[in-house]
Order: sequence, then C-alpha cells, then structure tokens
Amino acid sequence: MSVHPKEQRIILKYADEPGYTPDIDCYMKNGGYEMLKKAVGMEKQAICDEVKNSQLRGRGGAGFPAGVKWSFVDRKSGKPVYMVCNCDESEPGTFKDRQIVHKDPHQLIEGIIISSFATDCAKAFIYIREEMPKGAEILNQAIKEAKEKNFVGDDILGSGYSCDIVVHRGAAAYICGEETGLIESLEGKRANPRIKPPYFPAVLGLYMCPTIVNNVETLCNVLHILRMGADEFAKIGRPNNTGTRIWCVSGGVKRPGYYEVAGITLGELVYDICGGPKDGRTIKAIIPGGSSMKILKSGERFTGKDRDGNGYDWGIEDIPLDYDGIAAAGSMSGSGGMMVLDDSVEIPVALANLMAFYSHESCGQCTPCREGSLWLKKITTRMVHGQARPDDVDLMKSVADQIEGRTICAFGFAVAWPVQSYLAKFEDEFREFAERHSRMGGDRTAAKELACNH
Amino acid sequence: MEEKENLITVNIDGQDLQVPPGMNMVEAAAILGKEIPHYCYHPKLTIAGNCRMCLVELGMPGRDRATGEPMVNKDGTPKIMWMPGPAIGCGTKAAPGLHIKTDSPKALESREAVTEFLLINHPLDCPICDQAGECTLQEFSSSHGRGYSRFIEQKNVKPKRTRLGPRVTLDDERCVLCSRCIRFCDEVAGDSVLGFTDRGSYSTLTCFPGKELANNYSLNTVDICPVGALTSTDFRFKMRVWFLKETNSIDFETSVGVNTVVSAREGTIYRVKPRRNDQVNDTWMPDSGRELYKQVESDDRLIQCTIDSLATSAVDAIAKASECLQGGGVAIVGSGQCSVEEQFALKAISDGIGAKGVYLVARYGKDDGILMSVDRNPNVRGALMAGLVNDLPDEQLGELGAKIDSGEVTTVFSVKEDLIAGGLTEDQVGKVKIIYLGTHENTTSSLADVLIAGLTQFEKSGTVINQQFRLQKFSRVVPGPGGAIEDLYALATIQANLSGESFPSTVGSLWKQIGTEGSVFEGISFQSLSDQGELLDGSAFEHFSFREGKSLHFEPKKEALAIE
Repeated sequence: MSVHPKEQRIILKYADEPGYTPDIDCYMKNGGYEMLKKAVGMEKQAICDEVKNSQLRGRGGAGFPAGVKWSFVDRKSGKPVYMVCNCDESEPGTFKDRQIVHKDPHQLIEGIIISSFATDCAKAFIYIREEMPKGAEILNQAIKEAKEKNFVGDDILGSGYSCDIVVHRGAAAYICGEETGLIESLEGKRANPRIKPPYFPAVLGLYMCPTIVNNVETLCNVLHILRMGADEFAKIGRPNNTGTRIWCVSGGVKRPGYYEVAGITLGELVYDICGGPKDGRTIKAIIPGGSSMKILKSGERFTGKDRDGNGYDWGIEDIPLDYDGIAAAGSMSGSGGMMVLDDSVEIPVALANLMAFYSHESCGQCTPCREGSLWLKKITTRMVHGQARPDDVDLMKSVADQIEGRTICAFGFAVAWPVQSYLAKFEDEFREFAERHSRMGGDRTAAKELACNH
Repeated sequence: MEEKENLITVNIDGQDLQVPPGMNMVEAAAILGKEIPHYCYHPKLTIAGNCRMCLVELGMPGRDRATGEPMVNKDGTPKIMWMPGPAIGCGTKAAPGLHIKTDSPKALESREAVTEFLLINHPLDCPICDQAGECTLQEFSSSHGRGYSRFIEQKNVKPKRTRLGPRVTLDDERCVLCSRCIRFCDEVAGDSVLGFTDRGSYSTLTCFPGKELANNYSLNTVDICPVGALTSTDFRFKMRVWFLKETNSIDFETSVGVNTVVSAREGTIYRVKPRRNDQVNDTWMPDSGRELYKQVESDDRLIQCTIDSLATSAVDAIAKASECLQGGGVAIVGSGQCSVEEQFALKAISDGIGAKGVYLVARYGKDDGILMSVDRNPNVRGALMAGLVNDLPDEQLGELGAKIDSGEVTTVFSVKEDLIAGGLTEDQVGKVKIIYLGTHENTTSSLADVLIAGLTQFEKSGTVINQQFRLQKFSRVVPGPGGAIEDLYALATIQANLSGESFPSTVGSLWKQIGTEGSVFEGISFQSLSDQGELLDGSAFEHFSFREGKSLHFEPKKEALAIE
C-alpha cells in the first residue's frame, strides 16, 4: 500500500509495510522496545515533564492535554494508581485504534508500559471492545511475548518496577468508551457513567483508586515523544495541536481510509489524499470527528478571530485539520472519524440512522438522554416512513435542547449536537423532506430502505 | 453574615444560609422551606444523580485568573460566576460561597423538561394506579409539568405485574429508573438482587436470574419507590390512600422500637409503614413488623371475657380476678410486650398483694444487624424501669414451676404470656388458679379460670422503652372488639379493688403519677412526649448483660458482646 506524500506517518510508520507482522521479533527488528529501555533509566518525573511539554492532547475525543491529566492523579491517598487504555473505539466512523492493535500491538504495549512507569501505576488494563475479538487475541499474544522478554511483568528490565497488563473485553456497548462507564464495566458492573464530582477517575477511579484513562493513540504517542524529545514532537502540527493524528475518512470520497497527517487542512485531506467526491457527486456536508460531532456544511463560511486576535474566513476546505481549527469552525475533532456526506445523502435519513444508534446505545441512566434519544428516534423514523408532521422540526430541536448539558456524561451532547446542527444547517431540507414524505401516495420505498433497520 | 464554628455560608436564591460543609443542596434548600424536586435522591442512600429533576443553577465567587484575587461587582459584592449548564442539587455539596438558584427560568425549564421526558413513556392512567394520591411523579407533574403532551408516538411496552418476591409486585411501565430500590438492596438490606437489564428507554428493573426479592426488608423498596412501580402485594388495590387515616405507632417485634405509621379506614387497618426517626430506624422497617396489624382481626382473637369458660362481662371478669388475687399464694407473669403504663399498674398490684414472684418471659431471636435485635420483646427495659422486675428475664419459667410444685404458689396472674410456651407443664398449670389477661387464644387462655380479653397495640395508646432507653409512644389506631377491655383499665380497676383506693386508669392520668415520682421519668408527660421519643437515663442498668448485638443505631456495651 502506498502512502500519500501528504501523510506523515509516525504511529503507523510500519503498520502497512509489506512483511511487517505483529510479532515481537518484527517489532524489535525495527527498533521496538528501545524507548522502554531508555525510559526505565530515566526519572519518572522527567518522562511526565516531557509529555507535558510536548502538549500532547488526548486522541479519544475531548482532546484534553495528556500530561495535565497525568498530573491530576491523587498521590496522597496512598492507594495504588491504575492505568487504563481505552480501546473501546466505538464512535461511529472511527477505526484508527483497530489498525494499531491489529498491525502493531507492541507499539501500544510499549507505550502503556512507559506511561505506567512514568506515572507509577500498579497495573495496566486494556479495555477492548467486543467487536475486536481478533484484536484481543493479538494483544494477549503480544503481552505474552513481551512478558517472555521481561518488557511486561515483574521487575521490568531490572528496574525494580513491575507492571502487568490485563486485556479486558467489553460486551458491545458504546457507553463503555466513556471513561467512567468504562471503569464501571471493568469492575464488572453495568456501564453507567459516574457522577463527577465526586468520581473523577484521577481520584476515585477503578476500584475507587486513582486511575488514568488514555486512548490507544495517545499512549502510542508517548513513545514517540520520548524518542523525538518534547520539543521536536511539538514542532509537528500547530502549537497546542502537536503531533500527528490518524483520521478515519468514510463515506462519499474516492479513497476512504485512515490517514496519519499533521498540519494540513480539511480540504487537503478530503480532496488531495482521499481524492474528493465520487465521480458525478459533490460533497454536501462533512461530520468531522465521529458521528456525535456537529456537522459542517459545504459552502458555509466560517469566520471569527483566533487566539492571537487574527481574523479568519474559511470555506469548509480551508479549515485547519486539528483540534483548534475544527473547534473554530464550531465543531470538534472528536475521535478523528470523518464522515463525508455527498449529495446522494438525504440529511433527515442520515439523522434517523444516527438517532436509531444513539437511542440503542443510551445507557438509560439519566432521564433526558434515555427518554429524549428514543423520542428523537421515533420522530425521525416516523419522518422517513412518510408520516412527518409540520411541527416535527421544531419539536426535534426543542427535545435536543432539553437533553444537551443535562446528563451525567457527554452522551447527552452526542445525541443533541447532531440534531441541533443538522436542523440548524439543513432546516429547509428537513421541511421539504417532511412535506414530500407526508404526501399520500408518494413513493416511499427508497426512503424506507435507507431508514434505520429497526 | 457571621461564620459560626464549623458552618459555612451558602446562598440559595439570594438568601444566605449557614450549613455544615458537605451538606447537599436538596437538604440545604429544605432548611429554607424550599423544595428542590427529586426522584432518585434519598437522604439515607448514596447519591445516584440520575433522575435530573433536581437541576439548579450553580455559581461560585469568581477569581481573577491572573492575580488570583476575588472578583467583585461595581458595588463591591463578590462577582458570582454562574456555570453555563445546570447542575444536580443532590450531588452539589455545600462549599464556602456557593450560590444556587432553584427558581430561575433555567432551573424551572429543566424541571419541566425532565417531567416531560418522564411522562412520555409512563402510562398516564393515574385513576387506576395504586400509587395515585401518594405518587411523586403525579405531584411533580402537576407542579412542574407542562400540562399537555407533545408526544404522539407509541409508548414503550414493558412487563406488568411482575412478582419480584413474596411481598413485592412490580409494574415496569411505571418505573422511572431512579435506582432507589437497587441502592437500598445493596446498601441497607445487604441483599443485592435487583438490577436493570436492557439499555436506554427499554431499561427494565428486574431480579437477578434465579434470585428473588425476599429479604425481610423488601417492602422498604415499595416505600421509597417514588411511583407506582413497586407495590406491596398485600396492600395493592385494597384501598385508595386518600381515605386512609394515619396514626403514629411503634413496631412491637423487637427491642429496637422501629417507629411506624399505621394507616386505617373505618376501623380497619390496611398497612403499616416506617416513620422516619434518624436516631432509631432512619426510614426503614422490617417486613415482618408490617404483618403485625393482621393480629387485630385474626381468627384466634379473644373477643369475650370468661369466668370458668363461660362468657361474661368485662366488669364481672375484673371483679372475679380481683377476688382471686386476694387469696394469697399469687405469682405474676408480666410481659415485655406490655406498655410501660401497664407495667407500672402491674407493679402496684404485685406490691399490694405481696406476690410470691414476678416473672417475665424472655424472647430471643437472631440478630440481623439492621433492625431485628436479639431481644424480641419491645419493652423489657420498661419492666426494669417500672420496677416490675429487677433482673433480665429468663426464657423459661422454671422457678415459677418449682414454686407451683412446692405449693407455694396457688394462683398465677398472667398478662399476655402463655405459661405452657413459657415452659410450665400442663400438669403444673392444672394445679393452680389461672387469671389471664391477653388478646389471643392459647393453652393458657383455654385453661384460664378468669379470662380478661385485652387489646392489641393498635387498639390502645401507651409507651415502650427501646434498647437505647428511648421512651417512645404509640397511639390507638382502631377501636378494639366490643367484648374486650383496655389492659390498663383492667389492671387499674383490679388495683383499685385490691387497695380500696383509686388508681389512674388512663395513660394520661397515670403519667401524672409516673412523672412526679422523682424518677428518671420526671418531667415527662404522655402528651408532651415527642414523636421522636425521649432518651432516658439508663445508667442504673449498665451492669445488666443485655443481649442485643450491633444494629442500625445501637452499639452494644463491650461486656454484652463478650457474652455473645
């Protein structure tokens, strides 16, 4: 597989190389575990400082600075600290962690052990989603190999530091990607996210002990920060958006897939790397960071002032492809799952599909999310089945507003944002769609086929 | 506002209030008489924060990011930085300077939204729901709801009439998934059998596979259920709650003295529920205590006084009993089931006739560490404090048996206690004259020469003293059967007959005597005794080896533990 010249592969450097296998010999032949050997000779705080100085931001969704997260860990309680690798990659449109786990598992293991060593964690866990059975097998095999070489387990490389890694498989629930829900699930309970305060993972996490929860890609980056040095790492990308990011592009482009890039624009990714829309199609809208993020519409102008006070005026293709760039355009880079909707997609149908997903995945704990998500599903399903009503658009907006920001976890936002942004940007299409599909005798087969399957 | 010791100042709707640090905002607002509506929050359970009904606006005094100095408004007051989204009142703990708004447009709108969400899949059939009239959802829908529905879709369908256990029936469609019952089972009953299955709006409360909600505290889940989901199998659809008249009472099962409230209509009792007393039972009670009301109308109830098994009036029975007691050779078997007042009256009788012995029958059971103590008599301490007995009772009346065999005792006056169950043989019972004052048939009542039909705890008023030496009162709920007579009246009349002097025959008048004797009861009257009870000085009994183990709010003495 050829790598596009605009790609900048660091984490996926070897993953797709011909002949590269997930076993430890192949990994070590390519310089693997050298950083662990270096790390165990370093001061723990020095590694933490490097991560902090690198400005590495979490790759899971919220984009919180990883070094800062590590520094929040409660060291006064005297309880053991746990490291949890969040590999419950369940945001629709995201498939980057899967590449790492399947093709280069030792990179993740090395990243976890270095991070655990730096933060003095007693034990590390990899919470892997149910839908990656092969990934769990590969990880278990890799951990076994690493243990044989004393990279994992007791007295790692004679450093006196011991850390085991446990692979825990989920049971196919989206909410397990939420860190406190993940912790509950890891404890063997129903994955109901916890209230914060008081249950901040850094203080009261797994088994009520301080816990660090990091995404797969974030932990892999730690390894490269150590290799390159924080300053060198920080040169990749824009300040405050350092390092590469793996973007997963799906939908209406010629070459969908995963691309590790830094410092480019959304247009460069979609048009240059992914080849633009399929022949005869135009791009209608882009969901930038996983299905819960607000949609960006083609032809929209994004204006404002950045941190330094400089004004910007972007079209959709000019948006810098990083945390701050997409945030400036009113959305979020989220998990890096970019979905391109071309002009064959009817936005109300896309929303109905999404609502079917979210109503199915709401944990059912908080009233607004539990009831609101199913209500929205019922409205959107009814719309695509040709029974729309004139006031549905206003009702959906009102319901979404009643969910947003009123729940324990961010799932409430994940339900509300698509509805709010789709309605705000495609209100005419919704009204027209409702009008067209409520006419008796109209051909509704196509809409039904596209609609959610239950 | 001046800061008192250990208190901090928070501001609720513009009103400053001093509260202990860490107090949650639902409780703090209640101090000001403001209700923050809630479903999942319960004062005696952990915070779940899932119903989202108690959303309020939250703000803290701002600090300048650069200097760290407190920010001030133009008029010099601290500038409050309000959070963009609402926060739950139950999960917000008091911190210095915390500001909340419970009645701002945003807070009210949040409540209206949650109410709408709770109602969209809830059956709107209050008229046929058993919870109607005492349903939190019904009340809050009326006070915080929109008043009309915007929901035109199909409602979810869930199981109706699920049997969760021998005493609890569940209607899943009415469940608002507040998880109070689950938390109760986990945290209080120590019997984790409840949980949710399925996700989202299809979440369903159920028992774990192969388990049932059968513990002795299962009906507390019905009490704390804010809606008509969990219902008492015994009570459901028996009576509309607004017809019920409620009377405060005490659970007579054990020495814990659980505070209860008994609901009755037109002379019939329908249910017994716990009454909150943070010093005794919090808000809980055992299931077994809720069954006690059934003794009122049970088939073996004594409803007629007799002399030599022939029906007679209470007046005649009392006169005959007085006559028998004057004959000498009398032993008295009192009871830990009697009220303090009855024990005082019995003590007077015993002193007057120079009884050959006064006995109680001890009842011991297994301690469950919650609200069922080892001592299953509600008022042994009452008998001690009334001076009726001077030591802890035995489980058997062996000493009395010996006295009967030796001929020392020829008449036994038993109040509420079955002598056979107390360990006497039928032969021994046959040798003596029996006077029995009781409520239910047993061997003693059938052998009694004089039988006085008395009243159950639900038909009379009085006081009992629990394991903490807390004097607690119970009140008459329903009138007794026509042929029965109030125990205290019977005892007082007997004493009056024996002594030739009047003896107070009502609880109120007797307390005038008890309260002026310079004893630990001094200054107490039945009328003034609070519903939460009054702690008495039990130091005179410190050397006794009471058998109670550790229960909810009772730590036993070390010596007592050593005996266990």
